[in-house]
Amino acid sequence: MEMLLDAISWLLILVGSVFLVVGGIGVVRLPDMFARMHGAGIIDTLGAGAVLIGLIFQAGLNIVSVKLVLIVVFILFTSPTTTHALARAALNGGVRPRVEAPPEDAPTGGGGESSKT
Amino acid sequence: MLHALSLGLVLYCLWLLLSGYFEVLLLSLGGLSVIAIVWIAHRMDVIDHEGHPIHLTARAFLYWPWLTAEIVKSNIDVAKVIIQRKMPISPSVIEVKATQGTELGQVIFANSITLTPGTVTIAIDRDIMVVHALTREAAEGLQTGVMDGRVTAMEAHKGPYARSRTGPEGGAG
Repeated sequence: MEMLLDAISWLLILVGSVFLVVGGIGVVRLPDMFARMHGAGIIDTLGAGAVLIGLIFQAGLNIVSVKLVLIVVFILFTSPTTTHALARAALNGGVRPRVEAPPEDAPTGGGGESSKT
Repeated sequence: MLHALSLGLVLYCLWLLLSGYFEVLLLSLGGLSVIAIVWIAHRMDVIDHEGHPIHLTARAFLYWPWLTAEIVKSNIDVAKVIIQRKMPISPSVIEVKATQGTELGQVIFANSITLTPGTVTIAIDRDIMVVHALTREAAEGLQTGVMDGRVTAMEAHKGPYARSRTGPEGGAG
């Protein structure tokens, strides 16, 4: 049982690390700011998530694992918010997403959108 | 009132789990700070269905497992794209209709889009989400409207929180 938990835990930590590295590579390789946010998205979700869940298996059922669960939950709630803030700041600052496909229904740009969010 | 009670309960559980102390003095000090915080939140008028959506709790636990599976799937897709030598990306900006009846539902939908790698919500105009998609597959997957339907089904309710326009009809609440 101990062995099994250890194995699951290390598997998750390794998978998470791989995704962290891939996300980092993505942030460097992808062409423009909006595309790079997708690379950062990998780091936020599966990268950090899998590492933390692996650590929960290491910790076992106690107050430490509860704190780790809370960290996962807070990351999942806050990272989209920061991403929205970043995207809005970029749009308002005049950065336009580089679009490859023919823009059939591209938006008219940052000026027109409502300030609801 | 219900929201305030629930907020207090959640805060107290959070404090308890983070502190790990179970002595009477510390427990009562924690209780006092929770009461103070709930009072401050009440004075700031931020205790409402948006800041503390208890009406969604049960259905949220049905939604999250599905969302987790989607996140894992799209993570693998985007990771594959990134590590390929040629990086077959085709960034596009698409518009997705959000059928949610409340602003809270729209926030959940927008955040779900952003949480799945490959798609990021960059703006919202009433009920149109402007989404940046990394690949064509990611854009098409979003345009099928499955996620939109799931979120709408989750927030489906008849309560007093609907936006001014008529809410979505029914849904599988």
